[in-house]
Order: sequence, then C-alpha cells, then structure tokens
Amino acid sequence: MHDETTQKQSTLLGADELVINMGPQHPSTHGVLRVKLKLDGERVIGSECVIGYLHRGVEKIAENRTYQQFAPYVDRMDYVAAVSNGLGYCEAVEKLLSVEAPPRARVIRTILTELQRIASHLLWLGTHALDIGALTPLFYCMREREEILKIFEKYCGARLTTHAFRIGGLQYESYDTFEKDVERFCKDFERRIQEYVDLLTGNSIWIGRTRNVGVLSTEDCIALGVSGPVLRASGLAWDVRKATPYAAYDQYKFEIPVGTKGDTYDRYMVRMEEMRQSRLICLQAIENIPAGPILGKVGKVLKPPAGEIHHRIESPKGILGYYIVSDGTTQPYRVRIRPPSFINLQAFDKMARGHLVADVVAIIGTLDIVLGEVDR
Amino acid sequence: MSPALHSIVSFLQTWWVQLVSGVLIVAVVPLIAGYVVLVERKLMADMQARLGPMRVGPHGLLQPIADALKLLIKEDIIPDNADKAIFWLAPVVSMTAALVSMGAIAFGPWFQVAKDINIGILFVLGVSSLGLFGIVLGGWASNSHYALIGALRSTAQLVSYETAAGLAIISGLLLAGTLQIRSIVDAQQHYGVWFIFLAPVAFFIYLVASIAETNRAPFDLPEAESELVAGYMTEYSGFRWALYFLGEYANMIVVAAVATTLFLGGWLRPFPNVRWLNWLDVLPALFTAGVGAYCVYRAGKQPVRVQALFMWAVAALCFLVALILAATVFVPLLQAARPGFLGAFWFMLKVSAYIYVFMWLRFTLPRYRFDQLMHLGWYLLIPLAIVNVFSVGMAMMLESEFGWNRWLALVVTMLFTLLAAAFLLHLNDKRTAAASSAAAETSDTYAG
Repeated sequence: MHDETTQKQSTLLGADELVINMGPQHPSTHGVLRVKLKLDGERVIGSECVIGYLHRGVEKIAENRTYQQFAPYVDRMDYVAAVSNGLGYCEAVEKLLSVEAPPRARVIRTILTELQRIASHLLWLGTHALDIGALTPLFYCMREREEILKIFEKYCGARLTTHAFRIGGLQYESYDTFEKDVERFCKDFERRIQEYVDLLTGNSIWIGRTRNVGVLSTEDCIALGVSGPVLRASGLAWDVRKATPYAAYDQYKFEIPVGTKGDTYDRYMVRMEEMRQSRLICLQAIENIPAGPILGKVGKVLKPPAGEIHHRIESPKGILGYYIVSDGTTQPYRVRIRPPSFINLQAFDKMARGHLVADVVAIIGTLDIVLGEVDR
Repeated sequence: MSPALHSIVSFLQTWWVQLVSGVLIVAVVPLIAGYVVLVERKLMADMQARLGPMRVGPHGLLQPIADALKLLIKEDIIPDNADKAIFWLAPVVSMTAALVSMGAIAFGPWFQVAKDINIGILFVLGVSSLGLFGIVLGGWASNSHYALIGALRSTAQLVSYETAAGLAIISGLLLAGTLQIRSIVDAQQHYGVWFIFLAPVAFFIYLVASIAETNRAPFDLPEAESELVAGYMTEYSGFRWALYFLGEYANMIVVAAVATTLFLGGWLRPFPNVRWLNWLDVLPALFTAGVGAYCVYRAGKQPVRVQALFMWAVAALCFLVALILAATVFVPLLQAARPGFLGAFWFMLKVSAYIYVFMWLRFTLPRYRFDQLMHLGWYLLIPLAIVNVFSVGMAMMLESEFGWNRWLALVVTMLFTLLAAAFLLHLNDKRTAAASSAAAETSDTYAG
C-alpha cells in the first residue's frame, strides 16, 4: 500500500526488524488478506497489505454480460451484505434507464437492506470480538443473524448471495408473514443487543483493547477516502442515506451516530448504534408498506441510452459506488465499482503503525473488510 | 539369589510406591485431562447456545478418546529448518514437568499421589516452572516467527506471574508455617477456617496469577489464536501437539490442587471444626446420588438405546459411589474410612470448582494485550502481593507478640492491604490516562 523505501526505521535495541507474514492463511485476517508486518519486538514499524488473492475480475465480467445477467455477480463482492450490493447496482442501472422502482418495491428494498446491514454488523461484531479474544459474542451474533437469513430465505430462497432485487423493482412479492417476521425479529433484537452490550461495552479489558487503538482523525479519513462507520466514528456525520437519499430512506426518521475520538472503541459504539437505528428503520417501514406493483416499466431486453452515470449507496461497510458507462447496447461498456472495504483498507498502515501485533488484529477487525469486495 | 537380582528386589522394595504412582500418573492423568477438555467444550457450548460434541458416544462422552486416537495416527511432521532434537524434546519437557509436579500433591488424606515430601509446595512450584523450558525451547526450535513470538511472550509472562503467585503463596505459607501438604491442611483444621478467609487477597492474587501461569484466557497470549495462530505450538502437530496440550491441562489441575490445598482447606469440609455442621458429611453421598438420579431421568429421554444404556451405567456408577460415601458415614464399622473417602470427594469438588472458574472466565472475557498484561503483573499484582505478605506477617506478629485477638489483627492488616490496593489502582488509572494522552499527542495528521 505504500512504498518500501520509507521503511528504514531504527529499532529499539538496534536489532534487525522482524518481518512477519500475516496471512493469507491466518485466523483473523478475515479471509485472504496478507499483511507483511515489520516488527520491532512486538511493535509494528511498518506494514504492507498484499491483496488480490480473491480477485475474480468482476468488473471485466460485467462487460461480457447483459445488465440483468450481471446483477448476481455483485452479490459475490461483499458476500456478507449481498442485498446492499444488489440494491446499489439495480438503482444504478435504473438511473441509467431513467426508470424508477414503484413505491412498494422501494420500501421492501429498504427493509431488506436494513436487515442486511444488521446482519453484516452482527458478523462484524462477532468476529471482531473473537479477534480480541472474547469467544462467546460470536455465537450470540450468529444466532440473531440466522433469524435475518431465514427471512431472506423465505423471501427469495437464498440466504447469502440473495440476488433479492431486479432492475426496475422486485421479482418476488413479499411473502404472507413478511411483516410479522420482521417485526418479531426487531422486537426481539432490542433485548439481544443488550446482551452484547453487557458482555463488551463496559468490560475494562475490552475498553483497554479498543480505546486509543487505531485512531483516525476526520482529516485522515477524508484524505484517505475512508467512509462508512469508520468515518462516522471519527466525528463526521456523513451518511449517504441522509445526504442523497435513495430507496425509501427519505421517508424514515433515523439518526447518524458519530464518535469523537475515531478509535476502535468509537467504531464499535457507532456500529452498535447503527444496528439499533436500522432496527428502528425496519419497524417504521413495516408499519406502512404501500400497495401496488413491485416491478416498474422495464422491458425484457434492457438497452440503456449511451451515456454514463454514477450511483452510490451506504453499504454496511461504507460508500458503495457504481460507475456505469453504456454504449447503447445490451451490455455495459464499462462498470467501475468503488468498494468501501478496499478504500477503507488504505487506512490500515496509518492505523497500525506504532501499535502492537495484538492491535493489528483489532484494527483489521474494526475496519470490517470483506476480501471479496477488496479484490473483486 | 544372585546379587543383581537381589539389588533389583531391594530397589523395588524401597521404591515400589513411587514406581506404581508414576505409572498411575502417566496412565490416568492424560485421561483426566482429556475429559477436562470435554467438560470445557460442553460448558462452552452451553454458554454459547449450542450443543458441543454430540457424535462420538452418548453426548460426546467418547470424544476425548477419539481425539487422542486421531492425534496418535496423524502424520508426524518436523519442519525442515527446525532444530530436530530440541523440537522433539520440548513437548516432552513440558508434559514431564506437569506430570512430575503432580507427584507431590495429595487428593485427600489417604490419596497421596507419590510421596508427602516436607517441601511439597516448593517442589510443585519448582518442577511446574520447568515446563516453561518446554515452551521456550519449542518456540525456538520451530524456527517460525509466530512460534518465536509466542515463546518470548510466554517467557516474560511466566516469569512475571510466577513471582506474583509465589508471593501470594508465601502469605498462605506464613499462616501454615510449613511447606508439607498434609501439615498445611492440618494447620487449616487447627485454625478452624480455610486460609481463603484469613488471606483473601492472597487467594485472589493466586487465582489471577495461576490463570496467567497456565496460559489460559484472558491471559492466553502465548498461544493467542487470533494473533499468533497458535503461538509456540504453531509448528507442532499430531501427538507432539497433544503432549503440549496435555501438559497445559495437567498444569491446570496442579495449580487448582495447590490453590485448594493452600487456600480452600484441601480435603476439609466447610468449617471442619463446627460440630453442628456435621450433617455436611452426608452431602457427598447426596450429591453423587443426585447426579445418578439425574442420569436415570435423562436415560428415559435418550433417542438411541445404546445411549440410554450408557446413561444407566453412569447412574449405577454414581449410586455405587454414593453408597460407599454414605456407608462411611452411617455404618459404624466403616467410619474409620470416613476422612479418607469424604476428603477425596471434597478435594475433587474444590479442584473442579476452581477449574470451572478458569473456564468460565475464558468464555466470558476478551484477551489482554501484552503490555497490559505486564502492567497488571508488575504494577498491580506483585506490589499488592508484597504488601499482603507484609500484612499477614504483621497480623501474626501482633497476635503472638502483642497478644491481639487474631481476627482483629487480620482485619486491621487487611484494611492496610486494601488501602494499598486502592492506591495501586489509582496509580494505574493515572498511568493509563497519561499513556493515552501521550498517544494522542504523538499521532500526527495525515499529510494529504
């Protein structure tokens, strides 16, 4: 991520620096991230992220597929938040086609996306706590995530790579007990989230491990292009859902949680609060799901006019942007994806330098990266 | 009789107890350690809303045996660049130290493992610290960075925390006035209360330090899975790995046994001298009978007949033990056996409770960072242990030289210790605050 020539730093005892290779097979690099750490004893004096182990050429594949055919591929990027990826892509193509999804579709999209945000954050919380050494929260988080995945399964038959939305709206009508299921989950989730809070928030070991670890100031975040909860934890209330509302977010009341210090503990608190806010959005949305069609007027063959658009959404990890160039045929000329994980990972070296090896795993965890998205 | 045969016979005559108990330790302790692992996995599963091992045997009861077999037949890998001799030796050292230190421990007045030596506690401490060599040498010989860092962490951690544990033990030893295991328990009978009530701070320090000494969470940094893959064990696999694992769990039993002997009254029941609490002697029999009854209750709910039969067998075993324990209480002829059998029961109960606390903490708490661990050891536990040794000694002097009431003396000196603890905690808070503000100052903004 940065050039190696800057790396001639003196170590404490004048000894050689120890280069340790973390990953691509390592319990806490969240997939296949490889980090070359330069250590002085246990202190990190430099790091280099090596990525690409999961590269599948998603953007190139897009050029050989029709617009509809490409939709399932985006699910494989951030595979723990497939619904959000799909929403971003579908809305981008809709923008290109100048069509709008009907209100009913937009509300259901919002509900599913917010559930996906909770699911993604739950997975983050569980693995982050596991990295820091707390074994139990992972299983509690998985238990709740399972409930969300069951709702997805009932809705579209898939749990992980859902391909839940279609360009122009939805393919499937919501099932009979959809509202009831979502409501039951949301009602229950309030109590569940308290369990995580009891286990972690006030725990002095947890605070000791996360406070002042991987501090990123607002300026750092902006300079590095960091977005999402990591940015908000450093004190900037920037959320695409508020800034340029998409789907049905303009209809609902919710708050943007912000941190003050921009350390790992703040990012933890921000994500916890985001789960609560997502829960509130879901509760508001199921109150009133408008009736009507679920698919807008789009043809069987999509031929957007030549031109280019950019559309971004707030995925659980940060700003997820799609830049699509159309040449007037059924296939996109170019699709460029701005993945939040990839850009957030840039901040890793800045955050890790000067910390201990133990903090490195905390920092990888708090960045909430998904390697499928980093490598695409 | 030839002289050679004669010397063998005389050797056996002198040493047969030690030899038999040696064989017993090697044969039984691994099995116990295996089942401690199973209990841990089951408890962890229970606290994490899942079932744990269920496949091998009823409720996974044969899982340890399956695991051991699997580890035995695994390919034996020694990395190319490893120092082969040391790589081979290290796990053996680690386990030997753990098993040998078990020799001096007594599981009840009748069940001395090998020999009740007059420096019992010292022997256990000394020999079990040798296990450190296994870890350091293994980490070094693996020729892997992760293993090396794990070994370095382990060295620093064990050196610091053995100091704290040793000082905590000294507080107990001051009260007992002896190093011999049996005499320590006798001293607690003489005082009428367990030493945990006389020196609670020392017990607390020993509890924390012993967790660190056995490399258990939240102090499991030498083998921190999420950071160092497996720490010093990274390059080990198969049965060598199992030896390390075994040594760790055997060590856990040893520290629990030491804590039980020194602070929890060894094989004494609660308040051993209070006559109207004599009904507590029935408790062991009732407890085992209760476990048996529960097994009978569960047997009816087993889905497979083999499982039901197994449950019946366990229940029968429990009832048998309950019968023996009850017989020592109620049958006049067998009353001579009462202290032996009941003592063993109480001792094992206390050791189990101690190990349970270890496990419970592991499932609940996140892991300390290395510098935090060192701070806790050197800035809090060791000074506190030193103050505590001083306080306990002071209390004993006040009692013997100035004729103070023992409890009054203890309460007064305890206040002193607690004051010291509060002061140390305050210092600690100040240091953390200073460290965090220093960290905030040094971080420069990104030049962008």
